[in-house]
Amino acid sequence: MLEIEIDGKKLTVNQGITIMDAAHTAGTHIPHFCYHKKLSIAANCRMCLVEVEKAPKPLPACATPVTDGMKVHTASPLAKKAQAGVMEFLLINHPLDCPICDQGGECQLQDLAVGYGNSSSRYQEEKRAVVGKDMGPLVSAEEMSRCIHCTRCVRFTEEIGGYQEIGMANRSEFSEILPFLGKTVNSEISGNVIDLCPVGALTSKPFRYATRAWELSRRKSVSPHDGLGSNLIVQVKQNQVMRVLPLENEDINECWIADRDRFSYEGLNSAERLQKPMIKFDGKWHETDWQTALDYVVKGLNGVANDHGKDAIGFLASPHSTTEELYLAQKLARSFGVNNIDAALRRSDKRVAAAQQGALWLGSSIVELLAAKSVLMVGSTQRQEQPLLASRLRQSVKKGMALNVIHTSDDELLTRINAKLIVSPLALVNALAQVLKAAVEIKSASTTLDLSAANVGAEARAIADSLCAAESAAIVLGNVAQHHPAFAELLSLAQEIGRVTGARFGIAAEAANSVGADIAGVNPQRGPLGKTVSAGIGVSEMLAAPRKAYVLLNSEIEADAYNSQQAVAAMKQAATVIALTAFKGEALLDYADVLLPIAPFSETAGSFVNMEGKLQPFNGVVRPLGETRPAWKVLRVLGNMLNLSGFDFNSAEDVRAELLAHGDIAAALNNQLTSVAANVVADGTLVRIGEVPMYQADAICRRAESLQKTAAAAAPVIALNPQDIAKLGLEAGQPAIVSQGEAEVRLQLVADAAVAAGAVRVAAAHPATQALGGLFEPIQIKRG
Amino acid sequence: MLSAQSLAKIDRELAKYPADQFRSAIMGALRIALVERRETGNTPEERCLNADVIEFVANYVGIPPVAAYEVATFYNMYDMKPVGKYKLTVCTNLPCALQGGVNAAHYIGEKLGIGIGETTADGKFTLLEGECMGACGDAPVLLVNNHKMCSFMTREAIDKKLAELE
Repeated sequence: MLEIEIDGKKLTVNQGITIMDAAHTAGTHIPHFCYHKKLSIAANCRMCLVEVEKAPKPLPACATPVTDGMKVHTASPLAKKAQAGVMEFLLINHPLDCPICDQGGECQLQDLAVGYGNSSSRYQEEKRAVVGKDMGPLVSAEEMSRCIHCTRCVRFTEEIGGYQEIGMANRSEFSEILPFLGKTVNSEISGNVIDLCPVGALTSKPFRYATRAWELSRRKSVSPHDGLGSNLIVQVKQNQVMRVLPLENEDINECWIADRDRFSYEGLNSAERLQKPMIKFDGKWHETDWQTALDYVVKGLNGVANDHGKDAIGFLASPHSTTEELYLAQKLARSFGVNNIDAALRRSDKRVAAAQQGALWLGSSIVELLAAKSVLMVGSTQRQEQPLLASRLRQSVKKGMALNVIHTSDDELLTRINAKLIVSPLALVNALAQVLKAAVEIKSASTTLDLSAANVGAEARAIADSLCAAESAAIVLGNVAQHHPAFAELLSLAQEIGRVTGARFGIAAEAANSVGADIAGVNPQRGPLGKTVSAGIGVSEMLAAPRKAYVLLNSEIEADAYNSQQAVAAMKQAATVIALTAFKGEALLDYADVLLPIAPFSETAGSFVNMEGKLQPFNGVVRPLGETRPAWKVLRVLGNMLNLSGFDFNSAEDVRAELLAHGDIAAALNNQLTSVAANVVADGTLVRIGEVPMYQADAICRRAESLQKTAAAAAPVIALNPQDIAKLGLEAGQPAIVSQGEAEVRLQLVADAAVAAGAVRVAAAHPATQALGGLFEPIQIKRG
Repeated sequence: MLSAQSLAKIDRELAKYPADQFRSAIMGALRIALVERRETGNTPEERCLNADVIEFVANYVGIPPVAAYEVATFYNMYDMKPVGKYKLTVCTNLPCALQGGVNAAHYIGEKLGIGIGETTADGKFTLLEGECMGACGDAPVLLVNNHKMCSFMTREAIDKKLAELE
């Protein structure tokens, strides 16, 4: 511990920290631009110059480590003169176009110029001009003359993004910030450079010139996309969401958010928003009032129940719905006598619901996962599924975590991988069994599972070594594993490896409220917080053996189901499809019979339970659009109209209180399955890898225009290993036809060495591929 | 994009640095790429570095292309603009200037019919001003194609040198 003094205040601080950090602990503000607590030290803006006694000249606080007995003056005449001098230099080439600058009003340069600069400039000569750059559809770099070369954006892409996409070219007064010639910035978390930019050089393209920063109200919310549950500041003006920024939460998203969290708000203001209830009558859609629509729904449900029995009705809820909506949906279904309700829409393995003993979750807190010394990610296209978690894992790898991967394609994770097994989806179980077998040998343990078909390879042994040797280890199953027909086997193997090696195991919950859906009881076998209920059937059976009526909550089943082909067929044959939805999508208009406009997350109070089982409540940030109503209100009224008891809630908080009265969330989280026999034999059939692209994951981001223009949202292609292309007599760069069942889809064929042998990678959930069948089912391919 | 010999030279550069500091090899790698382009290029455009070459070299070394671009644009000697077969860089810093360095530059310009920073119409010569080359005792000095230093460049010496290069 060192004794130092900042502005006369005595402090005791740790050795090795900088004056800037010490000043923060003392609550002293030192002006700065290039310094950022999450980025490396650059010390190139010189704004943080302070006076240190016995030092001959001012020193940069961000780059000077404290020494014992150091006396720092942050506002002495010398420090102030140095800061004013730096500010004058920074402003020499700055255009001072604040009145037309998007950053005006929230600009660090503007603020610090007022605080530390002079009121007028002595510089009379010409200023330099820098041409704008194209950084892609999200980040605008039109006014690069404003740049003060702090290099925060450069350091962000390199250190947090994992790949340097922005650089500073040239030298001295010719320096320019730019992406590589002809390239755009394609990082899935690129939007953070907008927040980092202390001036108006990098601004948000979708938000440009929309409004002024001081006209916006800031409201807290939670991201409705991935299972991380990033905390958001949603900025609104005149009842419209204008912009989304991160809300700092060190345990979850730090000070970052993914582009999906940041730019998906465009979907909330989409022209496809449903604003009035609609009923299909004689094949045509008619707008109507709520009373008529609800009467129609009640009549429809009662009609099907009377004619075909209550088992002929199925409830399918999106895991992007709030906990309260999900709780009420299951309460409504079960009180009405319908047991068929599910939210794990893309899960194809029905054995999991029967074998699970609690809500599936990460198995630890996010912070604990990131602190683990060894992590095995199984079946996770990490950067697409959980962009920010992937980035945080990358930071952990830098601090010494060994990251192991078992996956179906060898994607670039922009980090060091300890060991990896890249196998076809049909060999995924076998790969995990190899790791178990190796771990059993290393630990001289025993297992009841039959592992005779697993031949331990070198990589599997390396993974097992890593898990066994680490003092804390974790196994995490991603979306590919969760959607996989052998999810139960993968989970049991993870459980067994966890038992043998002492590693924690769990799933990286796919959607914002996947865990919450289980907690709320939207599970065919389990009620709220694990309460026993009479069992119904899950989504895979509801679609395989079509029902007469479906109730869809927040779901576009043609894109949300494991087998979209089967799902659409099931919807089309149903006598009635009742959709509670925020959007009138094309497919929905085709198969639904009544559309009830419900509020997206921004217009309703509610809560999401993230992957670590943390319940995060939020309030609506704007009023519901048009005649849209929060879904919990719609479900409550439906309960009343169906003459069900216990539907007298006055607020979303009431609903939540009733749910939480059933028990404790933490106690309801459990990844242990009752025994599942593992079939670990690998199969050589040509099989599809059907991942959900990042910006097709839910209804809101599907309609976010700017996100849809990014490289990550490009039209799907068929990607095959070059060896497989040669073996099958196909030609890369030409169109090819893939087929599952009756449906054929013609797409461009691309050679991609990252794809596992024996697998055909065709993205799902995209309109171009919705005709296809199951995500990880056999697929045929031929020349097109 | 680059010949096998050049790639072998880049491999040698890569071997010079510790494994965690391999990115330093980008400087040598860009130099090797530039030398090959200068020797094999037929037009001024083919003799300098461009985005494609930088991207290739960056990928070969294993760093992001934009990081290589930063290096290539930071240092003067990496030619990013079209350049003649012979790039003549005349030092015009103070010691050389006192010994007639500026005059030497102007003399070359007159002889070739170009100004400083220009390339002759036949694409043979490019004349540039340079900074101190650390050989003030030999002033005035000039550098041919980055690698060959010529000392005591009086008018006669310049005439002789240009005749040699013709």
